[in-house]
Amino acid sequence: MTNTYRDWGGAGLRGDDEEFVDMMEELRRSGDLGHSLRTFSPRPYEGERATSVSAGDLNKAVLESQYLRYIAKEIAKETGQSVEEVREDARGLMEEMSQNLQLGFIRLMGYTLSKVLKRLYTSVNVNMEGLNTLQRAVQGHPVILMPNHRSYMDFLIISYILFTYDIPLPVIAAGIRNAGMKMVGEILRRSGAFFIRRAIGSDKLYWAVLSEYVKTIVRTGIAPLEFYVEGLRSRTLKSQVPKLGMMHMVLEPFFKGEVYDITLVPISISYERVLEESLLAHELLGVPKPKESTTALLKATKVLQEDYGSMHVNFGRPLSVRQLCQGRIDRCRFNLIPRDLPQEPSAEAQACVSWLAHLMVRIQEDGSLISPWSLMACLLLQAPATVLTEEGLPWQQLTNKTLWLRKLALDFGARLNWPGQVPDCDVMSSTVALHRSMVHLKAERLYLVLDQEPARKSPVSPEEGALRVAAPVLMLASYRNQCVHVFARPAMLATAIQVAKTTQRDELFTVFRFLQDVFSHEFIFITEESSQDFEEACLLLKKCGAVHVSQQEVTVSEAGLEVLSFLRALLQPFIDSYQVMFRYLCENGEHVFQEQRVLPAVRNFATKLILSGELHTYEALSSDTQKNVLLALRRLDAVTKSRPSGQNEYRVNKEAVRRIGDMLSGKIPPQMLHTLPDARL
Amino acid sequence: MATNSGNGGSDRQRVAQQRLRIIAGHLRRPEDGNSAILAAEECKGHVSEKTDASSEGKTVPRRRQEIMKWNGWGYSDSKFLFNKNGQAEFTGKRYRLSGMIIPALKDWFEGTFGANVHHKSPATPIVTSSAVQPPNLNEAFVEALKSTGIPFSIDAEDRLFRGHGHCLNEIFALREGKVGRVPDLVVWPNCHDDVLKIVELACKHNVCLIPYGGGTSVSSALECPPEETRSIVSLDTSQMNRILWIDEKNLTAHVEAGIVGQDLERLLNESGYCTGHEPDSMEFSSLGGWVSTRASGMKKNVYGNIEDLVIHIKMVTPKGVIEKSCQGPRLSTGPDVHHFILGSEGTLGVVTEVTMKIRPLPEYQKYGSVVFPNFEMGVACLREVARQRCAPASIRLMDNTQFKFGHALKPQVSSLFTSFLDGLKTFYITKFKGFDPNRLCVATLLFEGGREKVLQHEKQVYDIAAKFGGLAAGEDNGQRGYMLTFVIAYLRDLGMDYYVIAESFETSVPWDRVLDICRNVKARIVYECKDKGVQFAPLSSCRVTQTYDSGACVYFYFAFNYRGLSDPVHTFEQVEHAAREEILANGGSLSHHHGVGKLRKKWMRDTVSTVGLGMLKSVKDYVDPDNIFGNRNLL
Repeated sequence: MTNTYRDWGGAGLRGDDEEFVDMMEELRRSGDLGHSLRTFSPRPYEGERATSVSAGDLNKAVLESQYLRYIAKEIAKETGQSVEEVREDARGLMEEMSQNLQLGFIRLMGYTLSKVLKRLYTSVNVNMEGLNTLQRAVQGHPVILMPNHRSYMDFLIISYILFTYDIPLPVIAAGIRNAGMKMVGEILRRSGAFFIRRAIGSDKLYWAVLSEYVKTIVRTGIAPLEFYVEGLRSRTLKSQVPKLGMMHMVLEPFFKGEVYDITLVPISISYERVLEESLLAHELLGVPKPKESTTALLKATKVLQEDYGSMHVNFGRPLSVRQLCQGRIDRCRFNLIPRDLPQEPSAEAQACVSWLAHLMVRIQEDGSLISPWSLMACLLLQAPATVLTEEGLPWQQLTNKTLWLRKLALDFGARLNWPGQVPDCDVMSSTVALHRSMVHLKAERLYLVLDQEPARKSPVSPEEGALRVAAPVLMLASYRNQCVHVFARPAMLATAIQVAKTTQRDELFTVFRFLQDVFSHEFIFITEESSQDFEEACLLLKKCGAVHVSQQEVTVSEAGLEVLSFLRALLQPFIDSYQVMFRYLCENGEHVFQEQRVLPAVRNFATKLILSGELHTYEALSSDTQKNVLLALRRLDAVTKSRPSGQNEYRVNKEAVRRIGDMLSGKIPPQMLHTLPDARL
Repeated sequence: MATNSGNGGSDRQRVAQQRLRIIAGHLRRPEDGNSAILAAEECKGHVSEKTDASSEGKTVPRRRQEIMKWNGWGYSDSKFLFNKNGQAEFTGKRYRLSGMIIPALKDWFEGTFGANVHHKSPATPIVTSSAVQPPNLNEAFVEALKSTGIPFSIDAEDRLFRGHGHCLNEIFALREGKVGRVPDLVVWPNCHDDVLKIVELACKHNVCLIPYGGGTSVSSALECPPEETRSIVSLDTSQMNRILWIDEKNLTAHVEAGIVGQDLERLLNESGYCTGHEPDSMEFSSLGGWVSTRASGMKKNVYGNIEDLVIHIKMVTPKGVIEKSCQGPRLSTGPDVHHFILGSEGTLGVVTEVTMKIRPLPEYQKYGSVVFPNFEMGVACLREVARQRCAPASIRLMDNTQFKFGHALKPQVSSLFTSFLDGLKTFYITKFKGFDPNRLCVATLLFEGGREKVLQHEKQVYDIAAKFGGLAAGEDNGQRGYMLTFVIAYLRDLGMDYYVIAESFETSVPWDRVLDICRNVKARIVYECKDKGVQFAPLSSCRVTQTYDSGACVYFYFAFNYRGLSDPVHTFEQVEHAAREEILANGGSLSHHHGVGKLRKKWMRDTVSTVGLGMLKSVKDYVDPDNIFGNRNLL
């Protein structure tokens, strides 16, 4: 018997009486200096081998490991280099990668961060219960901290909190670009960061050094390890499909019996307002992201003058890898080959790693707090763009609808960050005030704040006009995304009911699964648990009175129309955006596309459709959505990827894409699609 | 040559003293230089009333109940108890620890298990014959057996004694007065020919035969299969206990398979020889038992395991007798048929006679011990010793828990000086050398051979140990470690008097896995106990007991206080099962030397593969198509 998400999620996390404590309050009392000079004496990991290992010892252990010796010999044989040369290369990589955690620097960082946090946030809330269990957990088995990743702020906030509450500081996996920032790189290193290149690809030596480094950290338990299972920072504020490479490295010491157990701690960081909000939207629209340089960071100080509301850091219940993997991993598999030798992960191990990674993201979603603004964003996006830009949305109508949605969200099990002691209308207006960069209230009507006009004399072209609307719309979409996981499953059932035009449960399930396949990279689904997802969707819709559910049938109830139409409308921008992309891929004469060219081309195509009134969503312009479509099509075997000349190329099976489009629009009944196994590790 | 022990007492005394010499001493040569070689005797099987076993110098009488416990380990006169003062003592006169007070045991026992010497869980004092089901006899077989003159019995006590080994659940049930299916009849062949007759009759009348040697099984091998409907006959080999000849030119001895270890060694010692095969159970386990379970002795580094020691085996099967035609030291004649017999666990036939290697008694023996700052260093040292192939006759590494346990078993010291020295040593190790008393661990050593060589060897090993932070900790600690081996089984009975149940089990594992398996299995035991509702933290401990070129043998001990559990044996079995799963998942073997029996049968297919199992089955099908040897072990 293996466990499913339902056995692990929620439980323990969903305590309604969850106590969040505002760290800022304490800080304002004790002062920044006092905080940074506080005595720090955490109770460390009590494992057998945790005899204080320094960063230097760690690097040495990695370089001298049997595994790296073996790989070095292999590479030497392949490339004709001497083993010593290869080992020298490895030493170089190690230097580029390794952390150098020093308490002194944490204190310095803590001092600075205290100042910054106080300026930016009205409150930084932490659940004490979670911290207490974490404190106990770090004494037991090696601990892996797994926060979601929405902002640069994530990077140090966990260390800051652990420092404050006397818990051993983590070493943190960070993208290599940060290492390039002169001073900052070194400060981060000394704060425990180690650096990973973005595209490791087939660099065998790099892969070996990294994985041995990570595994040694886990094996020795020298410090908790923190990494982002989603890989990169989410630019859409929506959970991303997890990356499996790092996850596999982390789990392998358990698979191979090198540790008794590993503790995974999902952490959900929720921001009422994200520092990078406008930057994100522009990136999605193809305005390139500034290189992460120290000067860019300094320029960003303007950002530091504003108010970003509250932040919640929710430490989830620590999970035992041993229990999670029960029945999923046969550890005997590793009995016959020396454990130091490189081994292709078995299909079983890959499936297990993938399941676990998805599970962690789902739990992160569950643990995040939904702000009023996120609910409002859902509703604002359902109004036609012209209403938001020209006529304005009646404030009272929005207020009523938001309160209605709040109830629905609670029914669906969401955790809200909705202040309880304040009248609802005050919450609404203070929320709008906080987000005045995006909306403004005038004469009881709410308007979208359009992007500044480019400082040019020439008249604004229609395309440029569309972009001015698109940027704030994508920002809104990002905030909607913060809560989209709450509604995703019921929304897909609502859509299935519409698409399939049937009440038969099994037929609905087929459509539901089809939608899951299509949106496999848009929302987080655990592959093998779609029937549980379907059950959950039925249950939630039934709970809010939208449908009647029997053994064979799911029928719509009269009272449920409001819920169902809200849910469908929530999913509509995604469906429309996917259809645009499908159309482009089918209608364009070519069969092979280069990734670099296809994204701007689709954007142009979508812009034209928007201007002609054929397309109603600006979200089709998001490069993130476009990439997700390509990933989904690859998974559905309708598109194949290759890299003939270092450039990603896509070969499109137009017929297959057209069929998927037709099924999505309900023209032909969906059937079980052939899906490829999950991406390689 | 070492001094003789007292020579004036009765035979019985002499025997007892010699036993002590072998088991606890390992130091002295026998008193008399009598090198007379025992001549092969005629089988006297038909003499139904044998003379008193002990007067012949043999330990095990037909009626085991005369000297042994029916519901616990070993001799009736030897047991641990907490006396009126609440102090632990060990009764009897047989062991070095006998008659001594063990002052620290009570505190250790109460502290470790949360037990209390006032909370007793006494065993049922006597078993009533009515608890044993009446025998299911095959009349025709009984009649035919009578006519052979081979002694047999259907007495309830005799049958009860042969219905179990020493698994925890077996002893626990007996202590509660619960008796399951036991053999219906016990027969005592006196020689090979008797066995031939018995097996022939069993085949003819279709009765089930279960060979019984020393009764020390810890694999449920002696348990009568509940599904067996035929009459079950226990074939007790204990009276086939003679050394038939000694070949001094080739250094071999031909021995009847029922002889128990202590008798074999003692009798050989009298001629100046030994086999050097000393499993922990050697007081009671038999040669035939060793062969059929692939036993291992603690001095295997010098003498080898049982499969290295046997030259020739004679086994009676339903198809006839299997044996080789010569005594060549090695044969290239297809797969070694001995290996069908070694480890067959009584499923193919009865081993009746064995020719095995013997060695002249070693000139010199020396114990030793080394303290390491932690278990990791200790394992690294053992690994290095194995790499350099310089392991002493025995080298064992106890973890910290066992080290403390060993300390709790120190008898009351007679002289102030000794206790002062002990204090000094402790101070030196913990304060001066900075060893953490909660992490340090100890290795015990036994060297054997020529005096010069032993001293040289000793230095080599201590030099290696020093590289891993090891400090020599004296002969006494070493010797006490080995002595405890023989009394530890008695301790389990003490625990069971106070709500504590315990078991040990073993595995073998590659070197690079040793630390991982030790940590993980111990942690698993702790976890499972908690998970299954055990109220007090269990004792979960291990030691490395044998080294090989490519790996080691690891022993695990676990014990817990079962107060508050509704079905302690079931809980215990769940924990033991989980621990075995953990062993297998960590690259450990199903068994190093205890065997499979019925306890570990379910893992056999995974262990040897389906084809492997099929090969073994096909041998069984050929040799014993009617499943006369129906103990259902192994397969």
